[in-house]
Amino acid sequence: MTEQRKGRVTKISGNMVTVGFDSPVMQNEVAYILHAGERLKAEIIRVRGNLAEMQVYEATGGLRIGEEVEFTGELLSVELGPGMLGQIFDGLQNPLPEIAEQCGFFLKRGVYLNPLSEKERWDFTPVVTPGKSVCAGDKLGYVSEKIFRHYCMVPFSFQGHFEVQSIEGSGSFSVRDVVARLKDPEGKGHPVYLSQQWPVKIPIQAYAERLKPGEPLVTRMRLIDSLFPVARGGTYCIPGPFGAGKTVLQQLTSRHAEVDIVIIAACGERAGEIVETIKTFPAIQDPRTGRPLSDRTVIICNTSSMPVAARESSVYTAVTIAEYYRQMGLNVLLLADSTSRWAQAMREMSGRLEEIPGEEAFPAYLESRIASFYERAGAVRLYDGSTGSVTIGGAVSPAGGNFEEPVTQATLKVVGAFHGLSRSRSDARRYPAIDPLISWSKYDSFIDGKKVERGHALLRRGFDIAQMMKVVGEEGTSLPDYVDYLKAEFFDFVYLQQNAFDPVDEATPKERQIYVYDFIYGIMESEFTFEDKDTSLHFFQKMRQLFRGWNSTPWESPEFLESEKEIREFLAGRLVKG
Amino acid sequence: MQRYYMNISQIIGDVITVEADNVGNNELAQVVTGRGTSLAQVIRLDGKKVYLQVFAGSRGISTGDRVRFLGHPMQIATGEKLLGRIFNGSGKPLDNGPEFSENLVDIGGPPVNPVRRVIPDKMIRTGIPLIDVFNSLVESQKLPIFSIAGEPYNELLARIATQAEVDIIILGGMGLKYDDYLFFRDTLEEHGALSRSIVFMHTAADPVVECLLVPDISLAVAENFALEGKRVLVLLTDMSNFCDAQKEIAITMQQIPSNRGYPGDLYSMLAARYEKAVDFESAGSITILAVTTMPGDDVTHPIPDNTGYITEGQFYLKNGVIEPFGSLSRLKQLVNGKTRGDHRIIMDTMIQLFADYRETQEKQAMGFQMSAWDGKLLRYGRLFEERMMSLSVNIPLEKALDRGWEILKECFSPEETGISRSMIDEYWQKQL
Repeated sequence: MTEQRKGRVTKISGNMVTVGFDSPVMQNEVAYILHAGERLKAEIIRVRGNLAEMQVYEATGGLRIGEEVEFTGELLSVELGPGMLGQIFDGLQNPLPEIAEQCGFFLKRGVYLNPLSEKERWDFTPVVTPGKSVCAGDKLGYVSEKIFRHYCMVPFSFQGHFEVQSIEGSGSFSVRDVVARLKDPEGKGHPVYLSQQWPVKIPIQAYAERLKPGEPLVTRMRLIDSLFPVARGGTYCIPGPFGAGKTVLQQLTSRHAEVDIVIIAACGERAGEIVETIKTFPAIQDPRTGRPLSDRTVIICNTSSMPVAARESSVYTAVTIAEYYRQMGLNVLLLADSTSRWAQAMREMSGRLEEIPGEEAFPAYLESRIASFYERAGAVRLYDGSTGSVTIGGAVSPAGGNFEEPVTQATLKVVGAFHGLSRSRSDARRYPAIDPLISWSKYDSFIDGKKVERGHALLRRGFDIAQMMKVVGEEGTSLPDYVDYLKAEFFDFVYLQQNAFDPVDEATPKERQIYVYDFIYGIMESEFTFEDKDTSLHFFQKMRQLFRGWNSTPWESPEFLESEKEIREFLAGRLVKG
Repeated sequence: MQRYYMNISQIIGDVITVEADNVGNNELAQVVTGRGTSLAQVIRLDGKKVYLQVFAGSRGISTGDRVRFLGHPMQIATGEKLLGRIFNGSGKPLDNGPEFSENLVDIGGPPVNPVRRVIPDKMIRTGIPLIDVFNSLVESQKLPIFSIAGEPYNELLARIATQAEVDIIILGGMGLKYDDYLFFRDTLEEHGALSRSIVFMHTAADPVVECLLVPDISLAVAENFALEGKRVLVLLTDMSNFCDAQKEIAITMQQIPSNRGYPGDLYSMLAARYEKAVDFESAGSITILAVTTMPGDDVTHPIPDNTGYITEGQFYLKNGVIEPFGSLSRLKQLVNGKTRGDHRIIMDTMIQLFADYRETQEKQAMGFQMSAWDGKLLRYGRLFEERMMSLSVNIPLEKALDRGWEILKECFSPEETGISRSMIDEYWQKQL
């Protein structure tokens, strides 16, 4: 044990505290401010002379000049091990249900609990034998966590090759128990516990190589999967003004996306929304596993009224947990809502540090921070040949709904897909309110590229005609143009829009999307005979009604087939052969 | 620790700097001047220098005046005794009643643990159809009333205060005109609602800094009642004044402004207040309605914009009525399925038809020919505005729903409304 390094508070401004010290300190080191029996966690974010400026993860009311500060010598870290699935953590990985048990309704300042239960025991099965050579990230054994094999791995902080000296046989252990001992080339022994620590701001890189994201991540939202797909290991962002449905979209994605684990980072948003997730997920059955949704979800929750500095760390906590599960060969989706609040937390801190501000007072390093966060997504091949991925979807809340602002622009530079929500679509109750005319994706859809392009072209054409009609009126528009407009509207209404309140329509599997898109593609490409605009309008209105009915019939059920037959018959009456 | 400090070294805006030892952040102090004693709060500590925000303003403070630190943060007395009383922004009585110092609680307490919140499911009836029927107010909801100067937002707030079905009303006024203060006081008194109300009133003539305390004081008192199982409605007017006061202090403290001069932490400051709205598991609740005047009717202005991202919808008051299209209660789906079977269908149908009416109005204004259907819509729209939207309409939810059917029947045939057969059978004939 080295001597405890200490310092004294010299300045307090909001959640920034300056500390004088006389022994060496480390950038981003965690320290505790001792105040009247409380220990308040803080992180060093700047060192000048013998003064360390720290952001405090708690309210600073009552702190005094001259109070003692203890430096820990550690970076802000999370504990990684079994027991995280289904748990609700705050931005510093404190388990909120346990805090509620101890402190009641309110979040008491300075209360930090162990992220993982020390009492819970896990049945361990080894997968290596003594004598084997291993390196960081290699699997030593596993326990069953909910429905997954949770691997115990060589700690990511171990550098170089090690020899397994001893390993526990099958048995039951807690996260604090030693399950294996490794020997480094110099012959020194190192214990391995069921859980390990990792600093949140450093990416976990214990893998063989990074892969190009290719395989689509099916979200079961037609508009996303077919037109603006997301790839496993890719990144995407959802910017939108308030009330456009960002959060609902993220909730639907967290329910239906075809991934193993979903990490929800509620960062600086309304508490009410996360409460809905917390209270409903345990009751919703995951259609693919038959288990509650909460069994494959981890919630990191730092709502808007919780301390700002912890909001900044919450996205890092979330992505570190995501990377950890990726190391087991799982596909993980991280949903961050909202990255703008995270950026604002950086801005608040930057302001207190009196740094020279960039655009809209955001710090100059905003772009690089956002880029390095999204860069932690990726598909990787692990040393044992299996693959895993972290996909990041970030909601952005641009001020005034204006996408020109710094956070949106910095995000757009680094993501692979952009799902822009528009006020006009949400006002018209067209959900999901992703605007197909401004959104884009660099990933490949499972639908044929040419057909997708045709869909985009039709939507653009429909929009142009609609704009024209506003000027010249319906009577000034030619019949073929009018039919194109109706086709675009039809495509929008029956395919792009999805009814989140309909148990079938809310999620469309891949096969069904391919099948239905093909059908609609046929209609896009067909020519119709109409006497006048009224008949064409009525035809498409009827089609719309029939299709909507079809959309709410279960895939390949008798009603589905019957409904399809009816549509085909109705359609045949109007088609021009050829 | 009754020590007086006499070395005031700096006075800028309403912030004074005094040299002192052993002072806590956010601690309260008394500044004793020749013109009286004012409270002040520590907002920054730098070595020996203590920055104090003086509630009564710095005017008339001399560098030789005395400062005494009280050793605790801002506190407010709570409890049943406060009912029917009117206080100023720092908790001093305005109504000649006694001052209290019992049951003191700190203002700006810690946030609620999200896992201890419950999904809200109780509606608050207000007797205003545009709220009850179309955008129901839900217990524990936080909703702003977006409005521009000159709209009757205070009248609306006063009506909600007198009619809302809750246990306790707490009214926090910020930067109000004195007439408005008298209006609130008289209206509450006339309707006998003062006995269940507590008023914290900061008028435009009072020092700006006091305005900053009003939301915190109101919410601290509300929280205390809510923990005792009471359903509390907190009405705040006008939050834009609160934000402007924050701006003033931030600029005085030389913080770097972010957007139109507002401090970068405007969002967090507003969220810390609005997020006090809560439904406690097995206790009471706090609901917040807050007037936010939008400079220039601009919803992208930093104040309404940041507010919109925090609150659960908004009421949009325009041309003297609650505008059905800009307004939204995000939580209404949690309650309007449990009131009466026809609530949702009336809500959806009437709004849809009203949207059609607005379109027809536009067509009419542009000089297009009106069809028979357009005629029906115009008639419908006028009736809707007159019997539903007007703020003078004051009827309970059930009556409002009945009235909805009446209006529909007066204007349309059942098919034209698009309401499903079964609902028509159940409700269309029953009325009259």
